Amino acid sequence: MRLEDVSVRFRLPRERILSFKEYAIHWLRRRIRYEDFWALRGVSLEVGHGEVFGIIGANGAGKSTLLKVLAGVFRPTEGRVRVWGKLAPLIDLGAGFEHELTGRENAVMNGTILGYSKAESEARLARSVAFAELEEFIDAPLRTYSSGMIARLAFAVATDVEPDVLIVDEVLSVGDAAFQKKSFERIQAFRTQGVTILLVSHDMAAISSMCNRVAWLDHGRVREVGPPSEVLPRYQQTPA
Amino acid sequence: MSAMPSYDSDARRSPMLRELLDLVRYRDVVRLFIANLNKTRYKRSVLGVGWTLLNPLLNMAVLTVAFSRIFRFSVEHYPVYVLCGLICWNLFSQTTVHAMNSLVWGGSILRRVYLPRSIFAVSAVGNGLVNLGLALIPLVIIMAVLGHPFHATWWFLPIATLLLAMFSLGMALLVSTVAIFFVDVAEMYGIVIQAWFFLTPIVYPKEILGPRLAWCMNLNPMYNLLELFRTPIVTGAIPGVHTILAGVTSAVVPLLLGWWVFARKADEFAYRI
Repeated sequence: MRLEDVSVRFRLPRERILSFKEYAIHWLRRRIRYEDFWALRGVSLEVGHGEVFGIIGANGAGKSTLLKVLAGVFRPTEGRVRVWGKLAPLIDLGAGFEHELTGRENAVMNGTILGYSKAESEARLARSVAFAELEEFIDAPLRTYSSGMIARLAFAVATDVEPDVLIVDEVLSVGDAAFQKKSFERIQAFRTQGVTILLVSHDMAAISSMCNRVAWLDHGRVREVGPPSEVLPRYQQTPA
Repeated sequence: MSAMPSYDSDARRSPMLRELLDLVRYRDVVRLFIANLNKTRYKRSVLGVGWTLLNPLLNMAVLTVAFSRIFRFSVEHYPVYVLCGLICWNLFSQTTVHAMNSLVWGGSILRRVYLPRSIFAVSAVGNGLVNLGLALIPLVIIMAVLGHPFHATWWFLPIATLLLAMFSLGMALLVSTVAIFFVDVAEMYGIVIQAWFFLTPIVYPKEILGPRLAWCMNLNPMYNLLELFRTPIVTGAIPGVHTILAGVTSAVVPLLLGWWVFARKADEFAYRI
């Protein structure tokens, strides 16, 4: 299955939320002011099948927003996003985790939130728990877990997938060194399987070693696209 | 390359249909949300799910003590009358309030992963229906204790409940949508619900209002829906055609309206939560 996400220009404004009273007052005065914040502006990218594509940029440049638009969380204000193939998001792990429920219940719920059926999530549970090394604790309520344990569980559930496209948002730095190594290996495994990967990271070493191409996002616009060897040096030279 | 993309943000299907299809696709999440609502609510309490039964029962007891002497000539078996009203009312009020609150305060999950936006409203109604089913248990017990007859007309109840659920869902969607754009609505709605409670003949029989005001009651959608549920239980009669038609209208119109408004605005939620 060929795989491309063709993004032809999309922008996201954020309007200031007005309370009912303020809205009524402004409307009466014929002055409804909106604060426009374009998180992304005129972004056009094309990622080919099997490519490993990096995205770098300062904090607030719009990297996470870009990934969320691809995942369908945000509908672009303008422009069009298209994705071919099954997309697995590794953004914001542990969405929907409830602290009163057990690790097992949360893992199954998280699986369904990611789009799998309940039966599938339950079948995957054993593997995810083994990867996260949480067998003894899986039936305890989540509020007894350390933050590292929660992160490991979330990562395990989210990566136990067979996607065509994977989008990763700086989630590789959870857990201890051994776990980080396991996570890195899992991402590498995806890469060798030919999964298309979109990687957001501040880790320049990871970007240059793994990515075919890199896009530099600056204040919501694409500043440069090219191989890491060209883009990274220029990015690193900009004053902080 | 010419294959259909699996996600196309420009897909031009009707938003209402899209929302419905998404709900079907994510039905396992809906089911889990419904189940987990009860689990988390009572996880650390002693009585647990028992509170779902106890709550309307205690409410009914208080209202009976307060009002049954006043109405003892107009309503036979006042506790049964009140309990029916409370059960229906709880479905409506709790689901709409919960749907609104979970979207406004807990909606941040919609900024993290993709979920059908109506999931809060739908699971709130689903949970409400489960609670309604459970609340029938104390109702049956009270009826047995008081010697109130069980009529064959109970077969009508699923229909009445379905209409009630449709109304609640429509209202939940409407209220949630407005509350996202104007947060004050969340506060105001609590007051509206309180007033609405007393404007509906739950605690009192409609007759005491006199003929003109009693007619005005027809403007209250909850009144007709309530009658559809209560009449088969209390009097054993099937409600009249007028009431049924009014009830169906009260259920279908808000649902379609709420669904239409919600589906059109749903894409903006992620920006505003």
